[in-house]
Amino acid sequence: MASVQIRDVRKSFGDVEILHGVSVPIEDGQFVVLVGPSGCGKSTLLRMLAGLENITSGTISIGGRVVNKVHPKERDIAMVFQNYALYPHMTVAKNMGFSLMLRGASKSEIGERVNKAANILGLTPLLERYPRQLSGGQRQRVAMGRAIVRDPQVFLFDEPLSNLDAKLRVAMRTEIKELHQRLKTTTVYVTHDQIEAMTMADKIVVMHDGIIEQMGAPLDLYDRPANQFVAGFIGSPAMNFLDGKLQANGSAYVETAQGQKLPLKTMPQGEGGRDVVYGIRPEHFEMGEGGLPAEVVVVEPTGSETQIVARIGNQEVIAVFRERQSVKPGDKISLRPRADAAHLFAKDTGKRI
Amino acid sequence: MSTVEETAEVSRSGEPSLWSRLKTNRNWLAIWFMLPAAIFLILFLAWPLILGIWLSFTDARLARPGQFVGFENYEWLWDDSIFWLSVFNTLLYTIVASAIKFAVGLYLALLLNRHMPFKAIIRSVVLIPFIVPTVLSAIAFWWIYDAQFSIISWSLRQMGLIQENINFLGDGNWARGSLIFANIWRGVPFVAITLLAGLQTVSPSLYEAATLDGASAWQRFRYVTYPLLTPIIAVVMTFSVLFTFTDFQLIWAMTRGGPVNATHLMATLSYQRGILSGRLGEGAAIATAMIPFLLAAIMISWFGLQRRKWQHGEGND
Repeated sequence: MASVQIRDVRKSFGDVEILHGVSVPIEDGQFVVLVGPSGCGKSTLLRMLAGLENITSGTISIGGRVVNKVHPKERDIAMVFQNYALYPHMTVAKNMGFSLMLRGASKSEIGERVNKAANILGLTPLLERYPRQLSGGQRQRVAMGRAIVRDPQVFLFDEPLSNLDAKLRVAMRTEIKELHQRLKTTTVYVTHDQIEAMTMADKIVVMHDGIIEQMGAPLDLYDRPANQFVAGFIGSPAMNFLDGKLQANGSAYVETAQGQKLPLKTMPQGEGGRDVVYGIRPEHFEMGEGGLPAEVVVVEPTGSETQIVARIGNQEVIAVFRERQSVKPGDKISLRPRADAAHLFAKDTGKRI
Repeated sequence: MSTVEETAEVSRSGEPSLWSRLKTNRNWLAIWFMLPAAIFLILFLAWPLILGIWLSFTDARLARPGQFVGFENYEWLWDDSIFWLSVFNTLLYTIVASAIKFAVGLYLALLLNRHMPFKAIIRSVVLIPFIVPTVLSAIAFWWIYDAQFSIISWSLRQMGLIQENINFLGDGNWARGSLIFANIWRGVPFVAITLLAGLQTVSPSLYEAATLDGASAWQRFRYVTYPLLTPIIAVVMTFSVLFTFTDFQLIWAMTRGGPVNATHLMATLSYQRGILSGRLGEGAAIATAMIPFLLAAIMISWFGLQRRKWQHGEGND
């Protein structure tokens, strides 16, 4: 186990710089998730950590040792690939024991450690099978087994669940988190799925276009997104954004172009009349008198909750209710944003106000 | 008869008729689609082969139908030292050339599989020996190996390494070596390009995983590349062995089996005895004697080609 320090790391492919100075401190035993839309540089950063890509500038250190020039096999890390990268011509046991065999471990030691890892992951009955004979979830587990057999300082996961079906993904999510709680090995996990990030991480690093938008504990990111990008990325369904002008007339509110008043709890510092974006999460709408007049467009019941897509003026918003709602498309309803749960972003910079 | 009646009855009761069922029966259709090709193959491949084998049991000569003589031709061959020399030559030629073609071809394939500048051009350059007509390349080699004008002899003489020209095609062992070299030159592109195609099917993430697992370049080859390549190696080497074993053009264009039969392969000897000397029966017997060797080569690769356990599809044990 070790801490990992990523300091001002940049990466260029030819003339194109795709990581513009990224710094992430990772504590020993932490579960860090790099999340962002595709092309944001998260996988590249992970591969640089693994040693599969060169570091253009900046430093990466593992356990206090700068590894920029250290060969991947000397870095003492293990990686789980998106496509699992299991050796198709080796049995599960051979796949898991391969790194130990290369290191020249004795047969009995390999057997012992493979069995131990197989036990943890419930792979014992599958040890003599070939990867082709396994289901997606089993292969995923073998890939993790291959990583934990080595007992590395750091685990790296590169979108490990994206090839699984939705149900299995949820199950494996829990399994990986459980595994981490048990082994307490420092883990860096890359995903584009914010739910995976929210549910698994000790610390989330939201990346976008080669920079870090925000870094922090999952609920901090959810409650206090630093900018409009993070606000829209974290949370599902995504946060609603309504454009308007900041006004103070007795109480604070944001006035939209159509003249609707969106309530605020406190007046932020700064001038009134400023162009802002009013952010409100779908679950922070209440149905009832005195809200914004809205027209129901689509009703999506999921059983546990009801999602309503509604039109306020000319803008569509999504609202989520825990209670069942008996509304139909075309109905006129009144949506009341919870003033205490509203977020304000500057219109020009997108930064939180 | 009864089935027809039954079918007729069934069709009256609303079931599809025999004809409409046949029309949609895939097996039945398949037979019809295969028939033209099958007739063609039987007529032009299987039948001549059978005729050839039959010929080897006769004393046929050019322009004279032969009598059945049983194994007489084979008995002759058994005591014929030139025949046994040609068997030895053929085996030597096949084994040495195939082994080197495999080694060089694999090396080239691994090299071409790396990222390097002008990759596409280099790949097409590698194919050149393969697309040059055999006889043309044979003539080129003929000049390269010429007793008087050989460029190799000339260069070596200029460098002061030898005093006299090397008699490449005039000395038995030199001739064998020279022919094997020419065959390798022609055969390597096929092996290299086919193996390259195989290499490109290996997922790069396997190499990355192996690198992280601590494998050196050699270990990545030994434990990842080579085992994943074995199926395609089996195919390409089967073809390579068959082509080399039955080689005729290159030998005939360059040495015609000489000097003193030192480069006679079974194919060239068969041609010489059967066509040039007109002893069709004996020539056919030599050609037929190649069949067991070829069958053996095919059997070996057949077992080599057996799908390995790890290649089997989904499904549990």
